[in-house]
Amino acid sequence: MIDGVIALYIFMLAAFTGYEVISRVPVILHTPLMSGSNFVHGIVLVGAMVALATADTTLVRVIGFIGVLLAAGNAVGGYVVTERMLKMFVLAGKKKGP
Amino acid sequence: MPSASTIQTLTQLSYLIAAALFILGLKRMSSPVTAVSGVRWAGVGMLLATIVTLAFMGASSLNLMLVIIAIAIGTVIAWVSGKRVAMTDMPQMIALYNGMGGGAAAAIAAVELYSGNEHNPVHLTMAAVGGFIGAVSFSGSLIAFAKLQGLITKSVRFSGQKFVNLAILLITVGFGFMVVSGVGADSGLPVVSLLFVSALILGVAMTLPIGGADMPVVISLYNALTGLAVGFEGFVLDNAAMIIAGTVVGSAGTLLTQLMAKAMNRSLGNVLFSNFGETSVAGGGAAGTQKPIEASDAGVMMAYSQKIIIVPGYGLAVAQAQHKVWELTQLLMDHGVKVRFAIHPVAGRMPGHMNVLLAEAGVPYDLISDLDEINAEFETADVALIIGANDVVNPDARTNKSSPIYGMPILNADKAKNVIVIKRGQGQGFSGIDNALFGLDQTRMLYGDAQAAVSQLIQAVKAAG
Repeated sequence: MIDGVIALYIFMLAAFTGYEVISRVPVILHTPLMSGSNFVHGIVLVGAMVALATADTTLVRVIGFIGVLLAAGNAVGGYVVTERMLKMFVLAGKKKGP
Repeated sequence: MPSASTIQTLTQLSYLIAAALFILGLKRMSSPVTAVSGVRWAGVGMLLATIVTLAFMGASSLNLMLVIIAIAIGTVIAWVSGKRVAMTDMPQMIALYNGMGGGAAAAIAAVELYSGNEHNPVHLTMAAVGGFIGAVSFSGSLIAFAKLQGLITKSVRFSGQKFVNLAILLITVGFGFMVVSGVGADSGLPVVSLLFVSALILGVAMTLPIGGADMPVVISLYNALTGLAVGFEGFVLDNAAMIIAGTVVGSAGTLLTQLMAKAMNRSLGNVLFSNFGETSVAGGGAAGTQKPIEASDAGVMMAYSQKIIIVPGYGLAVAQAQHKVWELTQLLMDHGVKVRFAIHPVAGRMPGHMNVLLAEAGVPYDLISDLDEINAEFETADVALIIGANDVVNPDARTNKSSPIYGMPILNADKAKNVIVIKRGQGQGFSGIDNALFGLDQTRMLYGDAQAAVSQLIQAVKAAG
């Protein structure tokens, strides 16, 4: 169980971590990074799965189903576009100008 | 089958590893060299957490089947759309996927609130707040997507709009309070549904008046909000991976939003609550007439230059001219011309968007400079070639206090000895502001689609050499 003050500690430390990780990012990577962080909150998928797993009425099942579908879209779509963008930077980096 | 406590421990361990991989992944994404490995590390974390959850969540066979079907549908749709989307359409695609995440967070909240199993007031509050934020992010992101995709072309604005939005916000908060406190539970009002409906309306109402130029900031804000919503729902579900990943994205996204707003010299409040693009500007700065030039003359001028700075803008991206521009650049470099690319922080539609587009064309990033690095060099440049950029080179931002972009940092293209502007027509740019640069003595306009115009320049340079 995560509760009370422990939860607040996790929240605080995670907030500082996010701030620190991003603060040294060059401007050229802002769009891929926004896309990358968009992928990371795709972890909502596991929560949606657990929520649907506990569903016991039709209404809740329908909502849970939509939730899992949307979350899977967030995670997979976020990953695919981020990887596509970042791969280009690697290709461009290897090709040196004359 | 392992015992319940073993399952619990294994699940929590996998979430811990996933959270660590997310943070390391984001860290590695902050350098171009390690960036691809960064997203893959985060991907491994996501896969691990998903598989462990699927294996140990203990659902009935019906629910398990529903989970698998939902994942399959979501995966196929997102995979196909993500692989197919053009690089120029990336901002709205990110908005769409982000909206899906917000919707998922709202759905989790709805499941918790509708099933009525939750009585802990802290958890109820977390669920309601997360659901509220997630729903706003969901509908707001969809509107942002529709606007950038061109499905909605008008920005809906009316006087007193701020107050209407404020009223919707207060009503939503009121329903949230009723859900959490149980006040009015016996009145028969479907307060949970009303909470979500008003939150969805709020997202739409907030986003509709915002102009296209400000949309990246808004998408970034919604990205941060979705992270926060995921973090809140993580508290409700006692899920450490969601709390950590959601909060990290929430704070990182907030910082990123501030950086973007700063690059446009606007505060976040200004973006959300002012009517940018609607204020008609008295054409005070746009003195002088626009003087056209033929591609052949421009090509000769460029072929015999020492140093050229190219300023690409969104018009280049729309015309898909980035490959042609790289071809032109290589040709000029063969002539011994020093060529650099100057990227304004908000070139394209998001910070870094133009870098992605140039990287796609194969332009090495040591030729690309940002505003601080390059601005002093315009004075020594023989030609500044502006391709489909407008506001980011508008000297009014330095001098004309009545201009809406006054104070925005700009690329000093007007300091170059010659300026060639490739532009579709004589109209105004994305934000609808007149550009004083176009009327200067040393400026020549090359009208046409960016791709066609650059192709003509390539022919002209070849002919000149």
